[in-house]
Amino acid sequence: MNKIIKTKSNSENKEEEITSVVNRRLFLRSAGLATSLGTIVISACTTDDHDPNPQIPGTGDTVELGSGDVGVLNYAYALEQLEAAFYTQVIATPYAGMTDAERTILTDIRDHEIIHRDFFKAALGNGAIKGLTPNFSAIDFNSRTAVLGAAKLFEDTGVAAYNGAGKLIKNGDYLLLAGKIVSVEARHASVIRDLLNPKSADFAGDDIVDANGFDKAVAPADILTAVKGYVKDTISGANVGK
Amino acid sequence: MDIFKIIDDFQKIDGDAAGRLEYATRRHFMNRISSKIAAVAVPTVFASIVNKAYAQSAAAVDVLNYALTLEYLEDEFYKAGNAAANLIPASDKAIFTQIGKHETQHVAFLVKALGTKAIAKPTFDFQYGGAFADIFTNYKTFVTVSSALEDTGVRAYKGQAGALLADPQILEYALQVHSVEARHAAVVRRLGATVLANPAMKGWITGNMGAVPAIYAGEDNMTQGGVNLKGLASKSDAAVTEAFDEPLTKEAVLAIAGPFIKK
Repeated sequence: MNKIIKTKSNSENKEEEITSVVNRRLFLRSAGLATSLGTIVISACTTDDHDPNPQIPGTGDTVELGSGDVGVLNYAYALEQLEAAFYTQVIATPYAGMTDAERTILTDIRDHEIIHRDFFKAALGNGAIKGLTPNFSAIDFNSRTAVLGAAKLFEDTGVAAYNGAGKLIKNGDYLLLAGKIVSVEARHASVIRDLLNPKSADFAGDDIVDANGFDKAVAPADILTAVKGYVKDTISGANVGK
Repeated sequence: MDIFKIIDDFQKIDGDAAGRLEYATRRHFMNRISSKIAAVAVPTVFASIVNKAYAQSAAAVDVLNYALTLEYLEDEFYKAGNAAANLIPASDKAIFTQIGKHETQHVAFLVKALGTKAIAKPTFDFQYGGAFADIFTNYKTFVTVSSALEDTGVRAYKGQAGALLADPQILEYALQVHSVEARHAAVVRRLGATVLANPAMKGWITGNMGAVPAIYAGEDNMTQGGVNLKGLASKSDAAVTEAFDEPLTKEAVLAIAGPFIKK
């Protein structure tokens, strides 16, 4: 059964796909996950279960996101932690020449990311990974170009990450939650891009939207590689969604 | 039970079923027609084909045609808007040209993906029965309707995600379009803040504020995953509602879009 569950869905092989879906449902039910988010406390299979100080930020630790939907939620939680920490720093040490309008926008975004972060932390309960230690040493927080450039990277990455994680989610309630958040990340990306190059096509530029009019959808492994330099801990997402 | 009538009807929903039926017919009907087990085997095989097709295709086809209806609407809207003389100021042309390009691409993709199952393009009335009589002559009206259409599109795609759980690849496509619509919505809302002289209009949706109440109904939701987030991280209600976009049901979306669709 494990083998079937792990089988990648393949539209060419519908028989297998159906079996996979059924097995997933059975698996979820037996794991107690097929209920609404608010009523559950997820017990994750993370290696941090035995960490005596699970909420103390790590410094170079390996953080295992876990498997299945819990893994996906922890993956989102990890990315939201980075975004929240980034914008907290942006507002704490504003770049030279930050306008009032920019400060309002960046404060709004900071608050959204903090809300996302704290929401995932609460939803995951004991299953949540610990607080990550960001590494923003490569970002010059005094430079508008550097800060907005990093913001653009984080937001575009967040959109691609949620888009790529959607099909890994088995529970419809979680999928909807991810959908509620990803469009807000896309709004952020659009506004940041418009700040960098006002009234141009860049808000949804050809560098990020393909010839089908599609945004990017990127798998967890590639996203984690992309953000590696911005976090001191080593994040292991090998089992996310599996 | 008129099995041929059912098969015929069924083929209208799912063209691929024809191939599977042909296979089933060859194997079970022709080879075992004289066998005693034919009487039980055939209905069983047929039922499994039907179930498979409905689970894998009919729901997805339904969602994709629903999306196509909305994309046709947006595509036609921007084609007309971008072609209208003295409507969009030169400074804002790049934005609406890019949005229009994407809507055309979305239509093309959906038409190709659906093949013969694609619905025909409806006839539209962008004046919305007279409510937006100056839609292509008054930039304020155009920007208002554009932001409303984009925000509706975001809510519409979001509302269908759950229906695509069993179709992972189509789900991913839908998500990739969904976030592009959100990018559109945000940039038009930013334009709206100045064009409509409404500085409270941000790239994100605050509470249920909006020009057309039905489009923003429920956006003031504070409860996520069964938990009321009021006061989370000491943030304002406004911030909590901005942090989550809400879905709309197909019925609600079609009620909003209905007056745009003549046919």
